[in-house]
This record gives sequence, C-alpha cells and structure tokens, in this order.
Amino acid sequence: MDKILPLLRANARTSVTDLAKSANLTEAEVIARIAKLEADGVVLGYHTVVDPKKVSKEQVSAVIEVKLTPEREGGFDKTAERISRFPEVQSCYLMSGGYDLLVVVEGTTLHEVAGFVSEKLSTLKGVISTATHFRLKTYKENGIELNKEAGPQRLAVAP
Amino acid sequence: MTLSKHIANHIRDIPRSGIRDFFEIVQSMKDVISLGIGEPDFHTPWRIREAAIYSLERGHTGYTSNLGLPRLRECITEYVAKHFAVQYDPKTEVIVTVGVSEAIDLALRALLNPGDEVLYHEPCYVSYSPSVVMAHGIPIAVPTHAADNFRMTAEELARHITPKSKVLMMNFPCNPTGATQTREELEKIAKLCVEHDLVVLTDEIYSELTYDGASHFSIAALPGMRERCVFLHGFSKAFAMTGFRIGYACAPAPLTEAMMKVHQYAILCANTMAQDAAIEALESGENDVQMMRKEYEARRNFIVRSLNDMGLPCFKPHGAFYVFPEIRSTGMTSREFSLGLLEQKQVACVPGPAFGPSGEGHIRCSYATSLDKIKIAMERMAEFVAENRRK
Repeated sequence: MDKILPLLRANARTSVTDLAKSANLTEAEVIARIAKLEADGVVLGYHTVVDPKKVSKEQVSAVIEVKLTPEREGGFDKTAERISRFPEVQSCYLMSGGYDLLVVVEGTTLHEVAGFVSEKLSTLKGVISTATHFRLKTYKENGIELNKEAGPQRLAVAP
Repeated sequence: MTLSKHIANHIRDIPRSGIRDFFEIVQSMKDVISLGIGEPDFHTPWRIREAAIYSLERGHTGYTSNLGLPRLRECITEYVAKHFAVQYDPKTEVIVTVGVSEAIDLALRALLNPGDEVLYHEPCYVSYSPSVVMAHGIPIAVPTHAADNFRMTAEELARHITPKSKVLMMNFPCNPTGATQTREELEKIAKLCVEHDLVVLTDEIYSELTYDGASHFSIAALPGMRERCVFLHGFSKAFAMTGFRIGYACAPAPLTEAMMKVHQYAILCANTMAQDAAIEALESGENDVQMMRKEYEARRNFIVRSLNDMGLPCFKPHGAFYVFPEIRSTGMTSREFSLGLLEQKQVACVPGPAFGPSGEGHIRCSYATSLDKIKIAMERMAEFVAENRRK
C-alpha cells in the first residue's frame, strides 16, 4: 500500500508539503503518487464528513434492507447497479444473511425517502421486499465520533 | 528539630530532577505547546480500558500472587518468546511490577552490594543514576555521541569497565535520543559482559516503536546472554498505558526469586485491575500498537526534516518517540535555548543535560503529540532559531 494513503485517509486536506515531510518524500513524488492513486482508481474521491444535524434539520437518512431475486446471468449485480444509479442512494452493499442488499438513502424529508422506496425501489423488477429503518441519531460517522473524548490528561513535561 | 540532617546522606546528595524544575516553569505558563512529554498522546485503546472496567465489575479487587496473575505471566512469556526470541518459564522467571521503574529498582537492589559499579549509557532515562545510588551502587556513565547516532559502542564501554563493575544498564530504543543498537554492536557488548562477568539490565520499553522497517533485537537473545540478562519491559509506551503502571522483569529463576523478595515486602503485588487490562493488551492489542506506530513514524519524519531544515542537526532515530537535535550552532546552552523558546514562543522541550551531562548541546523533543501541534511548534521553533542565532 502506498504510504501516502493512510495520511490522506486520516486527512485528505493535508498539504503536499506536509505529506512530503511526513512520508519522507519530495513534493514532486507526492504529487506523482497521488495522481497515480487517482488514475488507478485506488482513491475514489475526497469527501467532507459533516454532522448532519448541524447542516440542516431537513435531512433524513435511512438504511433499507432489500431482498432480490437473482438473475440467471449476473446474479445480483444488474439490479444492484440499477439501484445504485439513483442519486438518492448514498451506499449500496451486497450482504450475507437474511437479506441481499443494504441500501443507504438520503433525502430532505421522511416523505421523500418513503416515496423513493415505495415508487422506485420496491417496484423494480427483481425486488422481492424492502424494510426501511430511519436513522434517529448519529454517534459515529465514517470513523469519527461525534462526542469525541477529550485528549488524555497529561503532565506538561514528563520524563 | 532540623529534619534535613536526618535525611539519609545518599538520598540528600541526589540532585533535584532537571525535568521537575522545567515542569514547574511550563506549568505556570499559558498556551504552551509541549514537546516535553514522555508519554503517548493516544488514549489507552478502548478494548484495554474496557477490560479494566470489566475487571472492576467482576470484583477483581483482591491481591494477586506476588509474581502477578498466572495468566498474565503466561501471556508475557508467549509475547517475549514471539517478539524477542527469548524463552522464560512463566512460573519462576517472570515478575509483574509497578512499571519498569519498579523492575529496575528491584533488579538493582537484588544485585548490588554497597560500592558495586553500574555502567549505563548516557544520555539516558532520568532515573538510571539515582536508582543506582538509592541501591547503594556507584553509577558509571558511558557517554554516547551524536557522531555514532547515540549508539553505545563496545569500545567506549570497555574504557569504563573496572574490577568493581557488576551491572550494565541499557535502554534501546533510547529515551531521550531515540537511538537503537545494531546486532553487531550488541554482540561486541555481550562479549565484554561475558568477559567481565557483568549482569545486563536491558530496558526495552520502546521496542515496539521502531521505524523504517528496522526490527528490534534484544541482547538477551544472543547466545549465552539469557543467563546474565534481566529483560525489562512494560505496557506504558506501546499500549499507551502509562497510568496503569504495569511492567515486568524476566530473569533466570534465582534472580527472579531475589527480586521477588524485595517486591513482596515493598509492594506485595501490582494493581489487579491493571493486570487484567494488561492481559487484554497482550491478547488483542497488537493492531492498536501498529496503528500508533505508523502515526509516530509519520510524525518523526516530519519533525526530523523540520529540525534539519531550520539548521538544527538531527539524525533520524529508528526508535522511541523522541528526537535529540543539536542546538550548538545557535550559540546557546541547552538550558538557554529551552528557556528562551518557552518564553518567546511558548514551546516546551527538555534541555539535554536533564538526561546526563553528555546531553549538553542538545534538546529532547517528544513527538508524542498530534501532528497539528508539532507543525505549529516547528514553525515557532524555526522563528526562534532565526531570531536568536548568535552572530
């Protein structure tokens, strides 16, 4: 794994200068490595992790368990890709266990999300059933705890 | 009554710690970024803290065996065998202590007769010389040099051996220099120890924190050395468990038995909940250690390059979480530099002589602080150097 990657995953906004110092590379090497990671599709994008509650009260998020009938050729892939193309869908995973797809959907109102499920998702060919769970409160988002503990208490100087 | 004349001579003569002086100045100031902290800035991994809570819930609040919980001793011997390639018997050759500091004290008290000489490399951890004095031994510092990247050389060691030499204390990776030893140098040192019949106390508390793919090697793993080594290790640094106060000593049974005598009457046993937490650390904490190690490595790269860029020569240490740059080019002493930096730029580091006189001309900067803070500290230090460099 490229040593730039963990640094970028920890903070995608780290400057090229600082990345170079931390990874012990030149700035030109850092730029070239990032370009390669992007070109190879290792880095898929850079996002901002936000506390949804603080952005807008009008945001609703739900996870939907979807059961599918697999197709003769392609299994679950075709239907899953079709579902993934809806812009309302933030994430879509094939799961082991009691259902097939886990779909994360975001919308501005409960109605909007419910409408998406009843009109778009559940009417798709191959979808057997859906079960929608709305998110009530966020404790951790993408590895970041919302109520982060304060740093450890340490003496100002210690041997 | 003048109590001061009742204080034992050998305790009265121990100088006050240079770190403590400095700590009091730093504490009286606001908004200081401290690079003076010798403990991890990570929380103890949650699974380990959770194990300590569970220990309390289950009511594990009694004494343990003097040597420590049997399960913990088994975990320790498995861990030492796996990572250091030295085999110990968990029943008779391991003792769980209140940090490595206690283990050092036990070993010295178990080994020294008044007047015995103890060799140790310098700069070194602040407790080494006082611990020897408290055990009625005579501390003999073996200087290490920036030119050798602060490795202890067998040649320098040989120059300090006398017929009274009994013990050699070593701490690699080293606090405060970050120095590590090569296997070749350790072999030469081991040969001297056999020739002069020295017991080696090897304090390997930073051994998990090595970088650049350098793998740690213990002197205890060299042929013929296990029988004359006390292997000292603990949980504070690798597992970020400083406040749990858990360390251990592994040594051949007769020596462990002697250390146990001191331990059982002075301490009885290490804290029970902390021992339960230590079991969890050894059973499932290795991923957490790797995560922290990677973070330290990135910070080390950053701080070493920043220091060299500002004209403070600093070798790139392969271990621990300290750098020990040379500040002589500024024309200041270590103490002048550290005080000036603190007063003018609110950045704290520790003057090199706090770790022994041969630390003069250097300062210790710990990178056990977030990269964000290190960045600001390095900017301020560069300003300080530019503004104060004597013409």
